[in-house]
Amino acid sequence: MEDVLRLLQLSINGAATGCIYGLIALGFVLIYKATEMVNFAQGEIMMLGGFIAYTLVGKFGMNYWLGSGLAVLITAAFGYALDALVLRRVIGQPQFAVVMLTLGLAFIFRAGAGIAWGYDSVAFNTPFTNKLVKFGGDVVLGQDNLSIIFGTVLLCGVLYLFFSRTRLGIAMQASSQNQLAAYYMGIPVRRVFSLIWAISAGVAAVAAILLVPVQMVDVNSGIVGFKAFAAAVLGGFGSIPGALVGGVLVGIVEQMAGYYLPTGFQEVTSNIVLLAVLILRPQGLFGQVIRKRV
Amino acid sequence: MIAPFKTGYAQDLTLAKGPGSRIAYAVLLAVMAAIPLVLGEFYVGELGGLFIFAIAGVGLMLLTGYTGLVSLGNAAFLGIGAYTNAILLARGVPFLISLPAAGLLTAFFGVLIGVPTLRMSGLYLAIATLAFGSIIGTVLQKWDGLTGGFDGFAVQTPSILGFKIEGAWGVYYAALIVLVLVVWVSLNILRSPLGRAMVAIRDSEISAQSMGINLAVTKSIAFGISAGITGLAGGLYAHYVRHLAPDSFDILLSIQLVTIVFIGGLGSLHGAIFGAAFMRLLPQAIAMVRDDLPFGLGQLPGLEPSLFGLILVLVIMFEPGGINGRWVKLKAYFAAFPLHRKPAARRQKSYAKSERLR
Repeated sequence: MEDVLRLLQLSINGAATGCIYGLIALGFVLIYKATEMVNFAQGEIMMLGGFIAYTLVGKFGMNYWLGSGLAVLITAAFGYALDALVLRRVIGQPQFAVVMLTLGLAFIFRAGAGIAWGYDSVAFNTPFTNKLVKFGGDVVLGQDNLSIIFGTVLLCGVLYLFFSRTRLGIAMQASSQNQLAAYYMGIPVRRVFSLIWAISAGVAAVAAILLVPVQMVDVNSGIVGFKAFAAAVLGGFGSIPGALVGGVLVGIVEQMAGYYLPTGFQEVTSNIVLLAVLILRPQGLFGQVIRKRV
Repeated sequence: MIAPFKTGYAQDLTLAKGPGSRIAYAVLLAVMAAIPLVLGEFYVGELGGLFIFAIAGVGLMLLTGYTGLVSLGNAAFLGIGAYTNAILLARGVPFLISLPAAGLLTAFFGVLIGVPTLRMSGLYLAIATLAFGSIIGTVLQKWDGLTGGFDGFAVQTPSILGFKIEGAWGVYYAALIVLVLVVWVSLNILRSPLGRAMVAIRDSEISAQSMGINLAVTKSIAFGISAGITGLAGGLYAHYVRHLAPDSFDILLSIQLVTIVFIGGLGSLHGAIFGAAFMRLLPQAIAMVRDDLPFGLGQLPGLEPSLFGLILVLVIMFEPGGINGRWVKLKAYFAAFPLHRKPAARRQKSYAKSERLR
């Protein structure tokens, strides 16, 4: 009985962390599907989102919900501007130039956040901080972890409806699948791509806000981005449900490794999972194998 | 773009590109050999560090600039080389054996990571090497018995035939000799069938394969050579820092190495050396002007990384050829002096090329 409870506890904690990975991986995948660029600064954008929310809620004393919503909007606007001003100019350069470009941006964001908000960890009060939920007597779970899982599910539902039901969402899908055809259909592809960057930045901000009750925001929070790669690759880079499933799996495996294996293994689990997937099944869990015809 | 006008196959093979280039490089070498007689110890030490990073840059350039394979884990190779050299020296192995051994072992690790990543390209390879680098970084930290863990590892002073390689001068000359050797070997590799195969793979894997190039073998060799050169740089780096700390071989160092290659200019050995010079000199330049900057700008803690990031972003956006590209254009400008026309250096218009297979 003890073991089962422990396992449940670890799974829930792991799934909560995994949801954060999944949300960041979702950001990667949205951008990759649309523009074939990989945004290595996604973790840093999440960090910026966290700091903006801290400024609005923690410093200006705004209502949690209002401040968080505003923070998501501001971060999304930032993502839009990033694509419109910087990323759009490097279209046509090799894929790796874009990787280096976003790595450079990540350095700038990190230093910029350090200058603007300092190098200390910050946090603010949320409705979920330090509250517990009891299930049937023995099982005690933190509201913070549950709020992450619930928030992720809700966000994914909203995104799903957006992409499948709205005109703009369908336009986005069309531009991801075939840019040229989308142009011919009268879709403003460039603006649509910028909007996808905005959505991806907004999702990162949501992840940051959900993470606040569990982990404080600081300049180095963006490191999470590297773990989210494992999630995205496991799900088969390019599959949206894959990113989330991959994130949750990586989160759970990491928690288990931290508990059952000697110290030091927890840090490298995500990397080992990543390498193993790339070697054994490069297309990931949900990816397709496509061969090129010469 | 500017390209040299070749009139014979011999011109393709020769190392000397122009009539004056042999003399120019000989003069450069003589100046480099004489520098420690003129400059103070601090500058000699810094130049030694520059050479070490130039070696690592050449190693990565062969992989990224010429074979088109991207590695975000080269700091791990640097770390493996550094620790191998230091540990072998501590066990009493002479320097002339321990340094090549460090290179060889690192080359072995390079092939080890190269083989499973053969099926990956571009982005996936970058992510896989990133993961590999961070695993090796953690191993260096946690394997206390071998690496001394977080306490670090003190590096012994090496000696060759009784002569101690000490201080800034020793490292300077050792690094200079290895750098010259490595550049010479790389140039020869690049004009051999292997080098041509590497370039062919970079330009198009499918056409290289249909010309009969064995992709798997060539890519693994490229990984091995690149890792081996980086391992040599690591072995020298151990003597440069004299006390190895496991957490210095992290992702940031890998990114710095790739930045060297990018800022220097992809696809040229000159670029690797220019990039290393830039990478090592910028912090010094910042330190010099730090106190004179207005608005307390010099006191900002994140100044250095943000400047690196900014320069990287600007280079990729406005001069994808890097410092070397600028240098080539400058030379062409003066070669054609009054007749230079701007369109000669204009970038070709390029479009997004899908790397997705359809």
